[in-house]
Amino acid sequence: MKPAPFEYFAPESVEEALDLLEQHGDTAKILAGGQSLGPLLNMRLASPEVLIDINRLEDIAYIRHDDGYLKIGALARQRTIERSLLIPKSWPLLYEAAPYIGHPTLRNRGTICGSLAHADPAAELPAIATALDAELHILGPEGERSARPEEFFESYMTTSLKPEELLAEVRFPPPRPRTGVAWLEVARRHGDFALVGVAAVLTLREDGTCEAARLVYTGVAPVPYDAREAAELLAGEQPDGESFDAAAEKAAELSEPGSDVHASAAYRRHLIRVLSRRALGKALERARGEGDGSP
Amino acid sequence: MDRHRKTVHLTVNGVEYEREVEVRKTLADFLRYDLGLRGTHLGCEHGVCGACTVMFNDSSARSCILYAVQADGADILTVEGLTSPEGPLHPIQEAFRKHHGLQCGFCTPGFLMPALELLVEKHGPTEKEIRNAISGNLCRCTGYAGIVEAIREADAMWERP
Ligand SMILES: Cc1cc2nc3c(=O)[nH]c(=O)nc-3n(C[C@@H](O)[C@H](O)[C@H](O)COP(=O)(O)OP(=O)(O)OC[C@H]3O[C@@H](n4cnc5c(N)ncnc54)[C@H](O)[C@@H]3O)c2cc1C
Ligand code: FES
Ligand code: FES
Repeated sequence: MKPAPFEYFAPESVEEALDLLEQHGDTAKILAGGQSLGPLLNMRLASPEVLIDINRLEDIAYIRHDDGYLKIGALARQRTIERSLLIPKSWPLLYEAAPYIGHPTLRNRGTICGSLAHADPAAELPAIATALDAELHILGPEGERSARPEEFFESYMTTSLKPEELLAEVRFPPPRPRTGVAWLEVARRHGDFALVGVAAVLTLREDGTCEAARLVYTGVAPVPYDAREAAELLAGEQPDGESFDAAAEKAAELSEPGSDVHASAAYRRHLIRVLSRRALGKALERARGEGDGSP
Repeated sequence: MDRHRKTVHLTVNGVEYEREVEVRKTLADFLRYDLGLRGTHLGCEHGVCGACTVMFNDSSARSCILYAVQADGADILTVEGLTSPEGPLHPIQEAFRKHHGLQCGFCTPGFLMPALELLVEKHGPTEKEIRNAISGNLCRCTGYAGIVEAIREADAMWERP
């Protein structure tokens, strides 16, 4: 298999990469981990005239803790999440979901920002970024801008990135107190794209009732499905089987999953119901500090 | 030079090479056809089966979705570099042989790489860790049990550098 011919640039600095993007814009593609773009090129589902390979930009391969935020540069590989000491403690949702992204060899090269930019509707990281209210920092000819996940993910594999823009960094806000999280996913085989995956975030009040919750799903819509109406049912309630069932039911009812060769819409709805209940239960245990708190 | 070609310098199995390549050539095709290292196999050619896995600067990587130009300056290890042609098999290979970790052998070069990566990183991996490490590699013959057994034995036998 051979991709269609392309011209190849390997810029040595972010500025150079941005210049190349401005010059070639529409006809160019950024090559990050290549774990999604490579297959598309080989099968000629994509045939850009120019590839701008950002793999030499070691200075944007960072994952750092800064001002309470977790900041992840464009070239940080997915594999670094699993090896980090900081992430499991403070951003356990990312840590818990990372092993579901393909397989170890793919995560050695695949980047966190590349997964967000690619915006596969069954990918884990877009749902995680939505559930944790991440900020996406974008560089382009007009300078820097930032986007919230709900603005960034527009449709099936489509984001608000313009052809001349680089997703330079994703920032995860500081963890909140009395908060528990959980990632659960069902796929045909471990490492396959999710049929349904859910991120649950549950924050308790001092008195043990529920202050706020988030339920965000992958695999059920063109963009991460943020079931706000369902999660809001939990605010002020006792976090228990009854309130969790109500939220899970609502999330399933308001979802509009598709049917495909992998699963029917009815099965996906069933998974939303079951996984939501379980994920909320797990998040609750962690919010209460039961168990060791780690995923 | 033609804008679709570039010169690359890289090290493969300890040998330095300089070659001019078409930039759309995959690293796998480069290894097989330009360098004659046919031990790296191609199954799916789009990142799914793992047959083409090599070590790229000490990390396992699929060579069918890397382009040879990306390996400029890189250090690559393929199955041919695990041991010398006259020498004894590498302990991981020896364990695969002993435990029937292969039948047709098509997938084997690809399996050896994540096995190597795991064992360099970790002594005494659990079965779950072994299965996780090779989860991205497909084998149509063995049913995987022999492969897992082989990696377990290699862990015990191999005196790591
Ligand atoms: C067999 C297999 C199984 C997989 N399973 C999963 C899975 O279960 N879950 C999952 O989430 N993913 C999965 N993936 C995809 C995942 O491995 C990719 O790493 C990820 O989708 C893309 O990241 P990348 O760095 O490889 O990006 P690339 O492939 O390099 O790029 C993908 C797209 O994003 C653009 N892009 C990349 N970085 C930037 C940036 N910084 N700014 C602007 N645009 C950018 C590129 O131009 C391209 O269009 C799988 C892939 C394979 C081959
Ligand atoms: S040939 Fe590369 S993964 Fe199948
Ligand atoms: S031994 Fe035949 S495919 Fe694995």
